[in-house]
Amino acid sequence: MRAVDPKHVRAYGDTLDDGQIMLSFSLPVPFGEEAKEAARQLCRQMGLEAPQVYHAHDLGEGFTFLTVYARSPHTVDTTQLRVTKMDTPHLGKDAIEALASEKFTRKIRVLGACTGDDAHTVGIDAILNVKGYHGDKGLEAYHCLAVRNLGAQVSNERLLDEARAFEADVVLVSQIVTQKDCHRSNLAALIDLAEADGVRRDLLFVCGGPRLSHQVALELGFDAGFGAGTLPSQVAGFLVQRLAAR
Amino acid sequence: MAGLVATFAPTPPGFGCPPLDLDAPTVARARQLAQHIAADVQARLADQSTVAIERTVLRLFGVTGATADGEPLANRLVAQLHAADLLAGGVAQPFCQALVHTGLTAQALAQAVADGRVDLRTHAGARTGQAQAVGAQLAQAGVARITARRQERQALIGRLGQGVQPLKYVIVASGNIHEDVIQARVAARQGADVIAVIRSTGQSLLDYVPEGETTEGFGGTFATQANFALMRRALDDVGAELGRYIRLCNYASGLCMPEIAAMGALERLDMMLNDALYGILFRDINMQRTLCDQRVSRRISALAGLIINTGEDNYLTTADAVDAAHTVVASTLINEALARQAGLQTDQLGLGHAMEIDPLRPDALLLEIAHAALIRHLFPGAPLKYMPPTKHMTGNIWRGHVQDALFNFVGVLTGQGIQLLGMMTEAMHTPHIHDRYLALESAQLVFTGAMGLGSELRVEPGGKLEARARQVLDEALVLLDEIAREGLMTSLSRGHFAEIARSPTGGRGLDGVFAKAASYWDPTADAITQALIAHGQLS
Repeated sequence: MRAVDPKHVRAYGDTLDDGQIMLSFSLPVPFGEEAKEAARQLCRQMGLEAPQVYHAHDLGEGFTFLTVYARSPHTVDTTQLRVTKMDTPHLGKDAIEALASEKFTRKIRVLGACTGDDAHTVGIDAILNVKGYHGDKGLEAYHCLAVRNLGAQVSNERLLDEARAFEADVVLVSQIVTQKDCHRSNLAALIDLAEADGVRRDLLFVCGGPRLSHQVALELGFDAGFGAGTLPSQVAGFLVQRLAAR
Repeated sequence: MAGLVATFAPTPPGFGCPPLDLDAPTVARARQLAQHIAADVQARLADQSTVAIERTVLRLFGVTGATADGEPLANRLVAQLHAADLLAGGVAQPFCQALVHTGLTAQALAQAVADGRVDLRTHAGARTGQAQAVGAQLAQAGVARITARRQERQALIGRLGQGVQPLKYVIVASGNIHEDVIQARVAARQGADVIAVIRSTGQSLLDYVPEGETTEGFGGTFATQANFALMRRALDDVGAELGRYIRLCNYASGLCMPEIAAMGALERLDMMLNDALYGILFRDINMQRTLCDQRVSRRISALAGLIINTGEDNYLTTADAVDAAHTVVASTLINEALARQAGLQTDQLGLGHAMEIDPLRPDALLLEIAHAALIRHLFPGAPLKYMPPTKHMTGNIWRGHVQDALFNFVGVLTGQGIQLLGMMTEAMHTPHIHDRYLALESAQLVFTGAMGLGSELRVEPGGKLEARARQVLDEALVLLDEIAREGLMTSLSRGHFAEIARSPTGGRGLDGVFAKAASYWDPTADAITQALIAHGQLS
């Protein structure tokens, strides 16, 4: 069996370098042979070879749903990849508490909110509430943290006002709704506002949500970002280690 | 006529839940406590009204539209009186007095007040016999419009037919009502029985109902009368073609609960998300405000033959689905009692519950069946609304599709009335056109194969499933007992539901609650009560 060439990696189905890709999508084209051909042509324009329509379904109203398998001849040089990852190691709650008691004489003050029009508190609650998420205790359960959860639909202005009043060290923002990229504009506006107020450097700004990542967070001017499935201890560990390093 | 208000979907042969041996005295006691809790809430709030209720009176009088800067006329009029401290007698008195004085129609008068040509404040005071007659007449006309839409629904269902239980319920949420129409029509063709149009995020906290068609909402469109009418027409068209009445669902919730219920009633919506406690817990709306508003919204829904959907599923997104199962049961019983007080009949009670246990927990499916069967047996004949997994959806769409298939299986096995179909892309994006098709296809496959299974299977006496159902009921009884002793409002401030605590004077919208004066008059309330009694929905 041939070895994988890390400089020329292709998609894999069942044989190295077979380039097998599956796609499914809908087209605003009435069901029929034309819809299938349109799908094949679209795949070829994506640079895929030998597209085969495995399934087509008439959705009605002039739409067709398609599942296509094709071969991708393209390769990726995995030796040249650059990705932004969280550089702090993942610690458990006890280790985080121990580090905090060694480095700080007071509690770290964490202010959380779900901002803008977004009314979904499930994310911020999973990270902050004592109960936590997936058996991992939330930030309210940490002795080293003083937590305040402002809930949903908090404006950026109010968030910064509250941060001042609470003497927060960390601002934690959750964004679930992402339609028309409103989460990005909303998060970027918060950082702009913090900079205008001259408090950007005084606070650690962290965001989270199913469509966020550390890389996106950095692009938006945050100190860190967490995506779907994040455990509260990952957030707590980051905060304590980052502030300890300051 | 009572009991057939919503003309709810028929059950196919063999459809139903396996029998469950519950302790009858415990069930009776739980229901009795819930009724006591609801009666106590009603007694405490009987002397209060809200700005939303007063705006609803104007809307039922026929007032629509907004000022040039987008403020609804109903808001402008009520806010003006409220600011002058002249609302305690109700909006109807000065409004009807001004109608008599000016000879204008309701709509023309509202416009004249908004333009500053008539000042309602100068008409506040004693109610004359003429004003009383005008008010009663307008209220009767409003009730007649709603009753006509209800009869229209019954006639359409009679002519077209409808889907069988569990009704397949899907959402559209593109943010553009015109795209939503396309998505909804496609969904109907793929087998959907109910289309729920998701609201733009944040509407629940708006203290007015926006006007016009939404083309750029966030996570949905605004609940507006124009959007309701547009979607209604589209579903009627596709339903006529398919030979199946397609139900339309929206949200009568938030700060404008009763107004939206009235608009939905006028535009022949068939279902409304309408929970007595949801706004308090999850949107931090003041509890006095919501508890007053829910009552009026539910009386309108009762009259309109709307099915209400309650939101107990949400409790399990914050609390653990096993630990908090009894809170769902307790809340459905309270929601039921409050709903019946408002005149809603059994076939209008879309009480909500959900499948939210971690699917990798041993016996997860057994526990889910126990919970779903328990709710089924507590509310015979009610079109229960069963909600899909959301909390343990991971972004792995293939796994999610399997979870949703299991959910569909539990729904049909336990005889649920309305199945809100899960989407494999739950928690990732609002549904794409094919997400919905795949969900509908999966539901159809599972429902077809398992439709007659529930009535053939028996629960092992003394086994795990029966024990779990009995345990949840016992825990619900303890909670109901505690709530009955301390009162619902105190209980809400102790965080019994969804682990969220709210205070009676906290939250949004309290400034819109006011004490009724002895002279308070609302002719629409009188007309609705008369109609509900005439329909056998209230005694």
